[in-house]
Amino acid sequence: MRWLAYLRPGDWLVMAGGAALVGASLPLLWQGGYAERAVIRQDGQIFAEVDLRTRRSIDVPGPLGATQIAVEPGRARIVADPGPRQYCVRQGWLARPGEIAICAPNRVSLQITGRTRTYDSLSY
Amino acid sequence: MTASVTELTVTAEDRRIAWLATAAVALALVDAAIPSPLPGVKPGLANIVTLVVLLRYGWTTAVWVSGLRVLAGSLLLGQFLAPGFFLSLTGTVLSLAVLGLARHLPPRWFGPVSLSILAAFAHIGGQLLLARAWLIPHDGVFLLTPVFATAALVFGTINGLIAAKLLDESPAAEPTP
Repeated sequence: MRWLAYLRPGDWLVMAGGAALVGASLPLLWQGGYAERAVIRQDGQIFAEVDLRTRRSIDVPGPLGATQIAVEPGRARIVADPGPRQYCVRQGWLARPGEIAICAPNRVSLQITGRTRTYDSLSY
Repeated sequence: MTASVTELTVTAEDRRIAWLATAAVALALVDAAIPSPLPGVKPGLANIVTLVVLLRYGWTTAVWVSGLRVLAGSLLLGQFLAPGFFLSLTGTVLSLAVLGLARHLPPRWFGPVSLSILAAFAHIGGQLLLARAWLIPHDGVFLLTPVFATAALVFGTINGLIAAKLLDESPAAEPTP
């Protein structure tokens, strides 16, 4: 290889060091922790806290009707909601801590949490 | 006609810096035109010029060329004094500082590729720190560190190889790029 001629012994060392740095920084991609629990709120009150280990389906009653939530290992989503615009349904699966789907018309929210809580509340 | 009071003498060094800075600006524009999946992940082609200048004409000239490149490049891209300008300035200052130290490494062992990788990491490190301190004051910024570090390693290596090739193929005195 012609290009290899331009590499000096120390260059390999620096490249290895750089690769090590990249390797050491990889865990940062999972810094938020793994999705472990889902918190379901109705009208601001905690309706249920679910472990994201088992497959189950939950119906949350609200002023417009029932919001249907599906829980699977490591993720959760809102399957159906009586709200008019369906934003929370279209958000699809939530799998990372901190992710939240809010069905405002029906006053239901679904939030994923990890082992540690990174913040207390969200405000818009 | 009265002679001008201020007499600006243009030295050969000035001309050289101007030429090299022009080449660096041109490469910076090419850089900006390349679509990137993530803001901040760029090849940093202009750093090839910085490396060649550093190894051929010394650190002071490299500082001039880089400084002019950041200034003129941001003016041309309409980014002067915008956040992008300060990010690029911080990255450049840090990588020049690292290059100033790294150029004393024994050249028998450490070539342009080493310098390029070190500079790339300093560049992205400076940008991340500024972004954390000023633009996005939240540790979430660092979640993208692996992506940036990978880019720094890959592009640093490629740019270093190109700089090594340029230095090797044109041992003459005139501007290489």
